[in-house]
This record gives sequence, C-alpha cells and structure tokens, in this order.
Amino acid sequence: MKILKIVSVLSISVLILLVSIFLFLGIMNISTVKILMLVGTIIWFVVTPFWMKEE
Amino acid sequence: MTQYQKTEEIIDDNFGGEFERTPVPNSKLKGWKSFLGMYAGEHAAGTEFMIGPLFLAAGASLKDLIFGLLIGNILAILTWRYIVAPIAVSSKFTLYYQLEKIAGKHLVKVYNVVNGVLFCFLAGAMITVSASAVGVPFDISFSIPESIFGLSSGAFSLIVIIVGLVMTIVAAAGYNTVSKFANIAAPWMIVVFAVCGISALTQMKVDSWDSLLLEWDKGVSIVQSVNGKVDFDFWKIVIFSWLCNAAMHFGMSDLSIMRFAKDTRAGWGPSIGMFLGHYMAWICASFMLAAQIKLTGDVSANPGAMAWSVVGWTGIICVIVAGWTTANPTIYRAGLAFQSLFSSKAKSYLGVILAGLVATAAAIFPSLSGKLLDFVGLYGAILGPMGGVIFVNHHLAKKMGFTKNYAEVKEIGFNGAVLLAWLIPVTLAMYFIFGQGLFPAYAVIPAWIASCLLYVMIMKFQKS
Repeated sequence: MKILKIVSVLSISVLILLVSIFLFLGIMNISTVKILMLVGTIIWFVVTPFWMKEE
Repeated sequence: MTQYQKTEEIIDDNFGGEFERTPVPNSKLKGWKSFLGMYAGEHAAGTEFMIGPLFLAAGASLKDLIFGLLIGNILAILTWRYIVAPIAVSSKFTLYYQLEKIAGKHLVKVYNVVNGVLFCFLAGAMITVSASAVGVPFDISFSIPESIFGLSSGAFSLIVIIVGLVMTIVAAAGYNTVSKFANIAAPWMIVVFAVCGISALTQMKVDSWDSLLLEWDKGVSIVQSVNGKVDFDFWKIVIFSWLCNAAMHFGMSDLSIMRFAKDTRAGWGPSIGMFLGHYMAWICASFMLAAQIKLTGDVSANPGAMAWSVVGWTGIICVIVAGWTTANPTIYRAGLAFQSLFSSKAKSYLGVILAGLVATAAAIFPSLSGKLLDFVGLYGAILGPMGGVIFVNHHLAKKMGFTKNYAEVKEIGFNGAVLLAWLIPVTLAMYFIFGQGLFPAYAVIPAWIASCLLYVMIMKFQKS
C-alpha cells in the first residue's frame, strides 16, 4: 500500500505540478506538458482507489 | 461496558449512526483536524471555475482581488469559528432538528423546500460548468445570452440535458459511489486548479508582478469594452468572499457537520479549504480568462474551453469531475428537502429525481451560471436570516426571558414568530436586490441582524 501511495503522490506532484513549473520556466513545451498531465491523471485515478479505500 | 456506552449503542442502532434527532454521542465526536480535510474537498468545487473568471469580467483589480479575498476568507473562517462552532458543539443537533425545535415541523418543511429550490439552482450552475467541458471535444461551446432566460445553442442545450439527466440518475441510484469518487478526486483536483493558473501565466508570458498586472488590466479593459464598464471594488470582494457561504455559516447549515466536533476548535476546520478553493482556485481560474483574452480576445467565461486551452484533456476531465462531484451531493440534498412533499409511502428517490430535473431545467439557461456572483449572495440573503433565529434562541432566549426551543416546549408545529423574523428581512432584502439593484451579498448581514432583532422583539411581545 505504501508503494501505491508513493506512486499516487508522484503522479500529481511530478507529472502534473512539476511539469507545469517546467512549462513556466520554458524547460518543456505545452504539448508535452499536456500529455504528461494526462498520464499523471490516469495514474492517479487507477492507483489511488486501492490505498484510499483501505484508509 | 458502562451504562453510557450502552446508551450510545442503542442510539446508534436506532438512528443508523446519523443521530439526526439526538445529540451526537461522545464516542462519535471528531477532533478539529478531521474537519480540515473534510472542508478542503468541499470548497474546491466546479463553481470555482466559474466564479474566479467572473471577478476579472466584473472589473476587479488584481491587487483588490488578492487582498480582498484574503480578508474576506479570514472573516468567513472567524464566522464559522465564533458563530457556528459554539452552537454546534453545545447542542450537537442538525440544522433541521434545531430549527424544528424552534420553528415547528411544518415551518421547517417550508424552509426545506426553499432551501431545496436554491440548491437546485446551484446544482444547475454546476451542470452548466460540466456541460461546457463535455462540449469541447465536439467543438460545441456556449455563449451567455443577455436575457436571464435566454438559451444558448441547441447543441449546447442538448448536452446540458444529457449531462443533467445522467447526474440525476447517478445521484438517485449511486450517491455513495460518486461521494467516494469525490474523495479520491479531491487532492488531484486541487493540484489541477493550481496548474491551470501556472499554465495560464505561461500563456500570458508573465515573468514579473508588473507584467502580470499589465496583462490583468488589459484583460479588464477588453472585457469592459465589450460588456460595458462595471466596478467590483475592494470591499465588494471582501463582502462577497466573506458571505458567499453565508447559508453555511450565518445561516447555520454547517451545524449539521460541526455537531460531530469535540470542541469549538472545529470552527477553524474550513480554513485550509477556503484558502485552496476560494483563494487559490478563484485566482487561478481568473488567470485562465486573462490568458484566453490575451490569446483569442474572447471575453466569455467558458470553463471547459479555458481549461482545455491551458492544460488540455486534464483540464476537461477536471471541469467535468469538479462539476459532477459537487452537483451530486447538491442534487441529493435538494432531493431530501423535496422528499417531504411526497407521501411517506412514495419511493425514496422521487425527491432526488425532481431536484435533478429542476436543476437540469435551470442549467439550460447559461445566464444563471453567468450570474453566480449574484446568486450565491441571494442564497445567503434568503437562508442566512434563519441562522439569526437559531443564534438568538441559543444565546439570548434565557437572558431575555423568553422560551428557548419554543415550538418543542409549546408542542406546536408552526411558530409564527420565526416565520415573521425570517420573512420580513428576506422580503426587504429582495426588494432592495431586485427593486433597487443592491448587490445581493450586501443584504446578508443586515437581513441576519434584522432577523435576530425581530425574533427577540416578537418573542418578548408575545410573552408580554
């Protein structure tokens, strides 16, 4: 469960939040950022129910 | 097992653990930190996508918005802490049961229906928000007609009807599933609100505070050149952000939540939620409109299109989920209020279906969602004064020498004093709002104070 929790946290903190900061800093372009955010979203909704249900 | 524990178990068995007609027992009370998490999800809702951009569209300056929302949100939290929490912790009753004791069960039914209708309009705005996102992949956007009961395009109205009906069926059949889904979505949604703002800043090519102010002011002047000059000054922002949840704090609706609190510190519970939803999310959502104006010159606040532009599919999903997860409990609550209109033998989902249909009908008129700043003020002005009656009953009844929980003590179903103390301030508020053009949020506190004074006067007069 702990690993799943870490995956969830990483999915929103890295694939959504961090990449938007990279976009702001000009390190990434908008189309890459949009794809990564969608990947982060899918991971969050696939993984989170498993550990949140337990809690 | 002590006698007290046994009693608690009996209460639990008899009332399904909801304690709607008994005080919440000690074993079910929660620490104040539990309320932080609960409110964090509640205040990051679909309507934030709509309300945020409306500040820019209404001509608010960015500095006023940042400082005005700060003060308004602090005042709202203090209201929860010092008006709602002491009564909730002391009495441990739901709003409805508390009102029934004071006003009588027949008057509570009237209040319930009014509450239900207002909930329907709120849910309608959320359906419009979700439909705006559903329409994006099909290239169907909505325009806000000038007339309140004007329609958008036929295709958009069709999407609204489909989204509204789906939400209604889900609220009637699977309320708990959506409720669980809302818990899962809440942290993700808050992060997406933030990145919508960051991405919008990037689209505006903002690299300093001055450049942000410049882009904001340009956005305001373009909106005003299209929609005409309007003003939304600092104090209007303070009052709005303080009182947009007036039904919950001044109106005492949150007694139903805070009755589970161990102590009055639960009143600080909304603090994180308010600053995430009614500060960060509103400001980020307003940046989306500023970015849209810079890129396309389009001044219409269409949440789906704006979120699509800044973060793509993630934004579309977020707008749909935010609208859906907040419309779901709103339709459900309105349905419970309407259920009292049906006979006790009627199916339990009839109220929810009726509420969903009314909400869908409201959602077809996009002007209602475009008037959300006015609507939430109106909502507080209508429901807030009833909280004044509860406040007086709790704090002043004994001191002023009149009967506390009058309807319960006198065994009456309809307390006329409560009706007058509620109806007179609300009627006056409606006159000033609709007849004199008063900004609805300005009416909330005068109506609340008037309700307090009237209830004291009528009860004293009745006694003499």
